[in-house]
Amino acid sequence: MSDVAERVKKIVIEHLGVDADKVTDDANFIEDLGADSLDTVELVMAFEEEFGVEIPDDAAESIVTVGDAIRFLDKATAS
Amino acid sequence: MFELSGRTALVTGASGDIGRAIARALHQNGASLALSGTRKEALGALAAELGDNVHILPCDLADPVAVEQLVPAAEAAMGRLDILVNNAGLTRDNLALRMKDEEWDLVLAVNLTAGFRLARAALKGMVKRRFGRIIGIASIVGVAGNPGQTNYAASKAGMIGMCKSLAAEVAARDVTVNCVAPGVIESAMTRALDERQKSALVGRVPMGRLGRPEDVAAAVVYLASPEAAYVTGQSLHVNGGMAMI
Ligand SMILES: NC(=O)c1ccc[n+]([C@@H]2O[C@H](COP(=O)([O-])OP(=O)(O)OC[C@H]3O[C@@H](n4cnc5c(N)ncnc54)[C@H](OP(=O)(O)O)[C@@H]3O)[C@@H](O)[C@H]2O)c1
Repeated sequence: MSDVAERVKKIVIEHLGVDADKVTDDANFIEDLGADSLDTVELVMAFEEEFGVEIPDDAAESIVTVGDAIRFLDKATAS
Repeated sequence: MFELSGRTALVTGASGDIGRAIARALHQNGASLALSGTRKEALGALAAELGDNVHILPCDLADPVAVEQLVPAAEAAMGRLDILVNNAGLTRDNLALRMKDEEWDLVLAVNLTAGFRLARAALKGMVKRRFGRIIGIASIVGVAGNPGQTNYAASKAGMIGMCKSLAAEVAARDVTVNCVAPGVIESAMTRALDERQKSALVGRVPMGRLGRPEDVAAAVVYLASPEAAYVTGQSLHVNGGMAMI
């Protein structure tokens, strides 16, 4: 697992209080991990803080699974 | 009365009549405080009177950059922020036909926009910790209107609407957001009135007297308390029966 993926999953596990084995790449934050809309905002803010990047609202809306977040942050931190 | 020990509170407008009473009451019930306002001497005098666990954080709420720094400064001083009291407010009265854009803009900026920015900053930590109290000092004028105060009434009505929306957004995190809406309170403003003006005002209050800053402060303490955990999105009117809403 890449470093970015590891950090993303750690944040998701801690914030949502879910088991690590549920946090797969295709796990949907709301449908599979029980997040509500405020959780998704909080997660985006936690990613921004952890990776020192800004995630614009339209990008944030397209991040619905754990894998979406990893791919976005992989790209954002590579540039 | 209500137990607030271990809680931390930021009170804006703490150099004014009502803010001072709110600060005293929160402190008396055990809260640590950050006092804000622009007059440092007045804040210093209040801090000296209160004693322990009081910090002074001067801030001009008309300055957006300074506003953004206030909540982080309060969190740094006290470790975290549990209770935000948006009490600072000013008036620039004029009939609408004569009102300048600057009078409108300043009142909205200090009374409403600064309160939103402080709430937005405070909510980050509150939502994370699953506890918070945001209390806005609105006014009866925000509900009933008042000639000469289009700007002020709009700012106070705005605060009430803002609190309700915020309350709905964060209720699931045990953060409550409410307003206290005073009627006419004994303060620098009402002390400046002559006897005839004062008795005309009192004549509109079924209780037969103006309110005291302590009457407003008691409502704030209640809304800040653990006992008010299930009260959110409300406006608590403290007006001696002047308007029953
Ligand atoms: N008195 C009433 O009858 C009444 C009725 C209904 C609602 N209210 C509301 O109650 C609140 C307190 O009023 P009050 O009667 O205690 O009035 P006050 O004695 O004039 O106090 C107003 C407070 O707001 C602060 N403030 C004003 N402009 C500011 C700015 N640009 N930046 C930072 N702080 C600023 C002042 O701080 P500095 O002086 O240090 O600048 C002062 O501490 C206000 O929101 C008011 O609208 C009052």
